[in-house]
Amino acid sequence: MSNSHDTYFIPEPSRWPIVGTLSLFTTFIGGSMFLNGYSSGPYVLALGILAVCYMFFGWFADVIKESMGGNYNKQVDISFRWGMSWFIFSEVMFFAAFFGALFYIRVFSVPWLGGEGAGFVTHMFLWPDFDAVWPLLTTPDMSLANVESSYIAIKDVIPAFDVPLVNTILLLSSGVTITLAHHALKKDHRAPLCWWLAATVLLGFVFVYFQIGEYAHAYHELDLTMKSGVYGSTFFMLTGFHGFHVTMGATMILVILFRSMKGHFSSKDHFAFEGVAWYWHFVDVVWLGLYVFVYWI
Amino acid sequence: MSVDKLKRTVLGLIAVSLFFVSGVVLAEYPLNLTEGVTPTSQKVYDLHMTIFYIVTVIGIAVFAVMTWSIFHHRKSKGAVPAQFHHSTFAEITWTIIPILILVGMAIPATKTLVFMEQTGDAEMTLKVTGYQWKWKYDYLDEDISFFSSLAAADNEARQLNSGIDPSTIENYLKNVDNPIVLPVDTKIRILTTAADVIHSWWVPDLGWKRDAIPGYINDNWTYIEEPGVYRGKCTELCGKDHGFMPIVVHAVSKEDYVTWVAEKKAEQAAASSGKDMTMAELMEKGKTVYGTNCAACHMPNGEGGAAFPALAGSAIATGDVANHVDIVVNGSKNNPMMQAFGQQLNDADLAAVITYERNAWGNDTGDMVQPSDVKAARK
Amino acid sequence: MNDAAVHDDHHDHDHKPTGIGRWLFSTNHKDIGTMYLVFSLFMFFVGGAMALVIRAELFQPGMQFVDPQFFNSMTTVHALVMIFGALMPAGVGLANWMIPIMIGAPDMAMPRMNNMSFWILPFAFTLLLSTFFMPGGAPAGGWTMYPPLVLQLGDGFPFLIFAVHFLGISSIMGAINIIATVFNMRAPGMTFMRLPLFVWTWIITAFLLIASMPVLAGAVTMLLTDKFFGTAFFDAAGGGDPLLFQHVFWFFGHPEVYILVLPSFGIISQIIPTFARKPLFGYASMVYATASIAFLSFFVWAHHMFAVGMPLTGELFFMYATMAIAVPTGVKIFNWTATMWKGSMTFETPMLFSIGVLFMFSIGGFSGLMMGITPVDFQYHDTYFIVAHFHYVIVPGIIYGVIAGVYYWLPKWTGVMYDEKLGKLHFWLSTISVNVLFFPMHFIGLAGMPRRIPDYSTQFADWNAIISIGGFVFGLSQLILVWVVIKCARGDGEKATDQVWESAHGLEFTLPSPPPFHSFTTPPVVTDATAHS
Ligand code: HEA
Ligand code: HEA
Ligand code: HEC
Ligand code: CUA
Ligand SMILES: [Cu+2]
Repeated sequence: MSNSHDTYFIPEPSRWPIVGTLSLFTTFIGGSMFLNGYSSGPYVLALGILAVCYMFFGWFADVIKESMGGNYNKQVDISFRWGMSWFIFSEVMFFAAFFGALFYIRVFSVPWLGGEGAGFVTHMFLWPDFDAVWPLLTTPDMSLANVESSYIAIKDVIPAFDVPLVNTILLLSSGVTITLAHHALKKDHRAPLCWWLAATVLLGFVFVYFQIGEYAHAYHELDLTMKSGVYGSTFFMLTGFHGFHVTMGATMILVILFRSMKGHFSSKDHFAFEGVAWYWHFVDVVWLGLYVFVYWI
Repeated sequence: MSVDKLKRTVLGLIAVSLFFVSGVVLAEYPLNLTEGVTPTSQKVYDLHMTIFYIVTVIGIAVFAVMTWSIFHHRKSKGAVPAQFHHSTFAEITWTIIPILILVGMAIPATKTLVFMEQTGDAEMTLKVTGYQWKWKYDYLDEDISFFSSLAAADNEARQLNSGIDPSTIENYLKNVDNPIVLPVDTKIRILTTAADVIHSWWVPDLGWKRDAIPGYINDNWTYIEEPGVYRGKCTELCGKDHGFMPIVVHAVSKEDYVTWVAEKKAEQAAASSGKDMTMAELMEKGKTVYGTNCAACHMPNGEGGAAFPALAGSAIATGDVANHVDIVVNGSKNNPMMQAFGQQLNDADLAAVITYERNAWGNDTGDMVQPSDVKAARK
Repeated sequence: MNDAAVHDDHHDHDHKPTGIGRWLFSTNHKDIGTMYLVFSLFMFFVGGAMALVIRAELFQPGMQFVDPQFFNSMTTVHALVMIFGALMPAGVGLANWMIPIMIGAPDMAMPRMNNMSFWILPFAFTLLLSTFFMPGGAPAGGWTMYPPLVLQLGDGFPFLIFAVHFLGISSIMGAINIIATVFNMRAPGMTFMRLPLFVWTWIITAFLLIASMPVLAGAVTMLLTDKFFGTAFFDAAGGGDPLLFQHVFWFFGHPEVYILVLPSFGIISQIIPTFARKPLFGYASMVYATASIAFLSFFVWAHHMFAVGMPLTGELFFMYATMAIAVPTGVKIFNWTATMWKGSMTFETPMLFSIGVLFMFSIGGFSGLMMGITPVDFQYHDTYFIVAHFHYVIVPGIIYGVIAGVYYWLPKWTGVMYDEKLGKLHFWLSTISVNVLFFPMHFIGLAGMPRRIPDYSTQFADWNAIISIGGFVFGLSQLILVWVVIKCARGDGEKATDQVWESAHGLEFTLPSPPPFHSFTTPPVVTDATAHS
């Protein structure tokens, strides 16, 4: 194909998309089998996830090869930018669904169950002894005398000014380190670029490490679990998906670190770096929302 | 040209006759919303008609312009295309006028809505609870409480390939075993909720429907002005037999209502007295209870279905009586579909249905279960 | 840029890949577009076959063919297949084929991702349809998947959820691709206000997709954890609320209906000017109206939930917001009417279907407006009046738009004219039967027939029989479309010119019919004279 620097690069037919589709397909089947209690489920699931990793590896290897081969002109670069920004926006909307759920529960459903406003009759007839407080340590069905609750009472919640505060500081500093890395890259200073990136990765993984510790603490000492009613539900859904995104982001930065070490980026041409940095900032901002609305107020 | 004229005449005729036909048809079949029997339903009907007329007029106007240009601005008639492609004046006009029309619609709509939300000052309260697939009614001021399910005849006819012609049943699928009775000229508060999934309680003649949501209670009211029988349905998809949980309201005079309350109370007292019954009594009652409560899953002939065990010849229905009473009264631990019927049926009904199951379809155990046995088994 | 030059330029690279690999590994927007369209047509028949099962059962009172649980599965899967398998892929397919050509681009911005967006679809539907063979059967809780009912589904449950996730991934990738393509790949001179309206409606649709599909993913994820991990989002006993799901679902669901309809609006905005031989009236206001519809669509979701018992202020807010949508939609209808006004019209099949949209979409819009009036919706809600409303906006509103687009561009795609006689027959048979099918639903709905029921009271028997007959005739009429398409694909017909239609405008009509494998490797230059359709 005639791909000089001024025409838009159209890739040759590629097997990665179909590999990606099939591996996701396998993952979903495995996941479903696992959830339905089939003993072979976990194996199929693992196979699917491995295949997904293989796909990412292969696909990005092609992209990197093309990029290094000078196939991408300015316009292709801009396409990637549009793509990455709107992908991040779609992630924002994904989190918006869970934040929306949190707000709905805090502003409407729990107060209603406690008898506020439109919930007056609900409270009177169905949950007369339920006390609407947030954080919700005991669920409405625990307030009923002769009903066995399907949930677990929470002993205590995680205080905001403890590990979560440390984690906030960690993530905020990682936002700074990745910006410093970017500045270094813009000046083509390879060594500081790599060091700052390494610092970012480290901060990210330490964050994840602390969060795992926090989860263990919550499960073992506080009885704060997914099964602890709606407080536990929102808590783990939001922090869980966030933690997953931090892990992904940190892994992506790790890849960027290796590529930087190999000298893949130049001060002018480093979209991959920027895309990952945007993603990292997004993860950061979500955390701030979490910190304020899940832990703090 | 004459061909065109012919076309136009024919079209005109069709349009006019449609208009008249629809008028006639409207009078004979129920093609339109009911006017209902409450102040709310009246207001809602009027609002419906007003808005219907408004959109019809807009529709006719817009369609007339389209039709006109379709007939007159066609190439075959030698029309030469104009080249205009915008007009600020026209565009502003057809933004403003619809806004004004909409404001005109919003005013009566808001008034009606505000009127409908006034649940205060009720003289009595009826609590409605949706179950898969029946309704439970609690008269909160009278201590009356009962379940209401699709009547047995309808239930039999609606089975797959039942061979029964639905048109032989009057008000097919709109009959229940225990209708609710309500007094006229009384402001009645109706609370809706559900025990399992979301249902929705709708009697068109009352002028509204409201979802019955598990764990929450909705607050509504009605004021029936004319005695009569009003029928409705569950209108929120609630699983397999969503189509088969009707509502029947008997609106009666205030005096008749008082009489009915007294009768119903006496009946309930008798049922919970724990008096022993004869085999014949048990079997007869049991058959009805089975038809309305159990046949939906276990089938009228006790053969069960894909996900539901057969009772004919089943280990439980022919084995130890205590186990049988337990699963019916307290439900199955393995499968929530088999609910704890102890919460829904009284002792007499339960005794009857268990006896029936143990003696019908070739389960000839000869066992009798009495209301007192059921009472003992309740947890 | 003259045509011959474009042609020559392309000849060298016009080496199509061959064999199955051409389709499996494709990075070509036309091939991918074709696959989307074929898949969509196939799914239309799958979903249609389910609709016919529904109509057969409802032909007369009593239960004749299926048990109630299976009936509910038919309703549910019919809707999911039609919406996610037939309509959305049809829109994306047309976008794939036409957008790069219409804006003068060589291909979509990210061709490999484009391939994946397509190939996900057949596998996602494999997940969904395989549930028919599982213990507990296929989803039967309605396409709206309301908890707690949907949580009663058996082994099929996780498959349903993951199928929705899978479809969401596909849609988001497709939407991102379209945005990147339009924003970044326009030919010189193709300014935003020169974009064909089909492209405009698609950018706005793409934004709607990116903003709403992830929310659906979030909603079904909460269903999954409620079922398998003991969370309490939708359970009052744990402090949650079943209505929370409905809010989140409809926050996606209402924009979704405009995702379906906007591309169709775009298509008829291309077609009407062509056959009226007159420029589109009010181009700018069309763009603004489309954007307003999209914007408003995020603030009306609870009009699907009037009967759940919201506080009064909520009901009023959502009523007013819903009514407001009639204004920009009205602007569009009036603009199309004004485009036809004083034109010089001919009525080839694409034009007939477009005019069908104008009339019948409006009917559906009017009933939509009636349902937006909260106090009256308490009566309409969950009756066949609703079913009538949305099938009017969907079938003669959207499906007609898509069919119009297919007839309009089929000669461009295949290089041969379709059979006009068959096209007209298709239109008239469809139009008569679609009204026999959906119009009486208004009556039985108002008279009190709830939706989602497998059996009904005898008072509704006559109309249901008529409706079912309409349904079967409409369904069979669609086989004509298949025949027309097959004939063109086999090259059986008159050779189409480059311009295809006497007064067609736009870049797609400067390319040969069929266009070369790679459309514009050297971008054309667009001026005011060549812009606008
Ligand atoms: C593509 C699909 C599509 C489109 C375009 C629309 C368009 C509209 N819809 Fe519809 N709708 C659905 C698909 C669609 N809908 C579906 C699938 C459901 C059911 C979901 C389910 O429960 O399964 C539904 C349900 C639904 C409900 C819920 C009903 C209920 O369940 O109780 C409501 C309520 O307000 C509603 C309203 C509207 C309105 C006001 C519009 C407006 O956009 C219409 C605007 C158009 C016009 C008004 C006509 C043209 C205008 C003029 C000629 C101008 C002048 C007019 C006036 C000033 C009156 N729709
Ligand atoms: C999105 C698009 C869409 C489309 C195109 C349609 C098209 C049709 N729909 Fe659909 N429908 C919905 C979306 C759609 N519907 C939705 C969202 C619901 C609500 C679901 C819910 O409540 O959850 C619904 C519900 C719904 C109901 C109500 C069910 C109920 O409440 O229980 C009915 C009943 O008549 C119905 C009928 C039809 C018919 C007859 C068509 C016809 O237009 C179909 C045309 C038929 C064909 C195209 C068939 C062609 C087939 C052959 C010729 C033979 C077979 C051949 C092969 C298999 C190869 N639909
Ligand atoms: C909603 C469906 C449903 C209804 C209604 C229903 N059942 Fe059941 N029933 C079940 C299911 C499912 C089981 C299997 C339970 C299990 O596997 O533990 C069952 C099991 C039983 C059994 C045990 C059968 C066996 O041999 O395992 C008995 C007895 C029984 N039901 C009686 C009744 C009676 C009496 C009624 C009515 C008062 C009734 N059922 C109504 C679903 C239903
Ligand atoms: Cu109960 Cu539908
Ligand atoms: Cu809507």
